[in-house]
Amino acid sequence: MASDLQTNISGASAPHSGARIGDVVLRTEGLTKHYGGVHALEGANFEIRKGEHVAIMGDNGAGKSTFVRQITAVEQRTRGKIWFDGREVQFEGPLEARHAGIETVFQNLALADDLNVPDNLFLGREKTFWNFLGPFRVLDYKAMRAATMAGLEKTAVKIPNVGQAIRNMSGGQRQCVAIARTATFHSKLTIMDEPTAALGVQETAQVENIIRTLKEDGEPLILISHNMRQVMDLCDRIVVFRRGRICANLRKEETDGQDIVAYITGAKTQPEYADAT
Amino acid sequence: MSGKQQAHGIGGLTFDAKKRHWPNEVNVFGALVLIVAIFEVLGQILMGQSFLFDSAGRFDSIFNEARLTIIILQVSIVGIIAIGSTQVIISGGIDLSPGSVVGVTAMVAMSFAQVAQVNGNANPTAALGDWAHDLPVIAPIAVGLACGLVAGLVNGMIIAYTKIPPFIATLGMMVAARGASKWWTAGRPISFPTENYKALGAGLTPVFIFIGLAILFFLVLRYTVYGKHTYAIGSNEDAARMSGIQVERHKVLVYTIAGLLAAIAALVLSSKNLTAQAGMGVMYELDAIAMTVIGGVSLTGGRGSIVGTVLGALIFGVIISGFTFLRLDAYYQEMVKGVIIVAAVVLDQWRQRRAGTR
Ligand SMILES: Nc1ncnc2c1ncn2[C@@H]1O[C@H](COP(=O)(O)OP(=O)(O)OP(=O)(O)O)[C@@H](O)[C@H]1O
Ligand SMILES: [Mg+2]
Repeated sequence: MASDLQTNISGASAPHSGARIGDVVLRTEGLTKHYGGVHALEGANFEIRKGEHVAIMGDNGAGKSTFVRQITAVEQRTRGKIWFDGREVQFEGPLEARHAGIETVFQNLALADDLNVPDNLFLGREKTFWNFLGPFRVLDYKAMRAATMAGLEKTAVKIPNVGQAIRNMSGGQRQCVAIARTATFHSKLTIMDEPTAALGVQETAQVENIIRTLKEDGEPLILISHNMRQVMDLCDRIVVFRRGRICANLRKEETDGQDIVAYITGAKTQPEYADAT
Repeated sequence: MSGKQQAHGIGGLTFDAKKRHWPNEVNVFGALVLIVAIFEVLGQILMGQSFLFDSAGRFDSIFNEARLTIIILQVSIVGIIAIGSTQVIISGGIDLSPGSVVGVTAMVAMSFAQVAQVNGNANPTAALGDWAHDLPVIAPIAVGLACGLVAGLVNGMIIAYTKIPPFIATLGMMVAARGASKWWTAGRPISFPTENYKALGAGLTPVFIFIGLAILFFLVLRYTVYGKHTYAIGSNEDAARMSGIQVERHKVLVYTIAGLLAAIAALVLSSKNLTAQAGMGVMYELDAIAMTVIGGVSLTGGRGSIVGTVLGALIFGVIISGFTFLRLDAYYQEMVKGVIIVAAVVLDQWRQRRAGTR
């Protein structure tokens, strides 16, 4: 598997071909998704290394969320290859991606309205006992509630009543639940799709703190955001999507807000990505 | 701040931890009490008799036990189906097939439960050859459960893997299974079961089976992963999928269990009636759905419980026996049943809207 990765890294026009292979957490090559005639994602070559926080920016409909959905196998890609954690992967579905160690906050939240906070936090990975009962194994409500409280404590997210259905919570509270969920479970890669889009000032600061904690713990992150300040504050590298293609890959030190905007709007294109028109 | 436990939430809101959410089942229970009270009053006025209480003046009982027994016995067979419908509806689906599955299962199971000799003559309704007569009771039970399992499995597979709406898929099964139950003996009834088979539906056994299954599925829906995922799928199927729940496999399981419950209802019903007929179970699916909806299970999925459904079934039973008690025609019964079903759905939507604006 590792040799696979090596040949592909040296062969492809990878942006960081000098990277040590062991450092690469996730890598995509020619990742493509077509919805019928819509080319939502076209030939994306992307790479993220250990401890790195990478921002993905781009206009609405640029294909950012589509990119995330292919990595996490919420949808099956049209073509392209994905390496994760040192081996080529073809996840059957989001559960497998998560078992492999990819935690995701989806843009459309992925919470079940009628369940409460602990149920949502542990949805699909419930703490249970009597596991010999298979699908009828028994839920350990107590443990899940305790872990939820600890998780919320850690992320400093305050939810007045974790026992109430998510339906009755504000958009920001729901968002915080979704983020607390990813932050509670240690993962090899965290992906957040516009985590602060619906949040107020204080809650945004809270989420940014969670992200900083991830950075301190050395956990890599892909952050999709339209917020320039946030991206410049939190990330090491910015990858710009335009009309389904990656059109720039910029180190934070080498760029600034105006530069990025130029790439987003199409005023500029990096020579490596010249075919991205 | 006084004794109240308060916490500051996002946005600085306070939350009163002592104020409990009012479960919907309380409302359903209230409705049950109200309906019983109405019949009681009408009984006193129109019939000069009590509906609920013992009017024979005996000292050893307060309630009219005979009536209570009839109420619950009447609904227990459809109630078994309603348990299956409850979990199907919570998962965001619907199952129109159980009535017909009852028909075909009763026919097939009864064929394996017949005695060879009736009063010294050969069984006049024998559906199969001699080899199928006087078998141990486990044979018809196993065959019956297999019937329900297959029907439910087919429903589940079609719904999960072809994405055909549950309404259409189970409508197909409803028609096909009814056809199969008529085809089995070209429409002739099948009678004279063995003594052991008779025991399945004798006396209060149906009630015990209903209550036992209700308790079992109450626990399953509330305390197991299966239950949690059923609610999650009904609540937000995409979220369930993204959380890694194997939605398709789960749906197959949900419909299969519904099929099995329909089969159990069929065994009990054919045993109780001592015969199986191709027309058995007609409209049972609708009665079961009605019990479920009256019990506060939301047709949009994600909300409801077995407790609600059991209360819904009791409301059903009270209405039927109340109308008999008042000596009103069965026509009125059905009309009122229809009104109550629609009212329950309207109430559910109204509750949802109110919850949304709270
Ligand atoms: N299931 C789908 N079927 C058809 N087209 C789709 C589907 N999902 C996304 N698209 C299209 O793919 C394109 C990319 O969508 P995507 O959600 O990836 O955008 P985005 O970059 O995340 O935008 P935003 O910043 O608004 O979240 C859009 O033009 C969208 O309309
Ligand atoms: Mg998006």
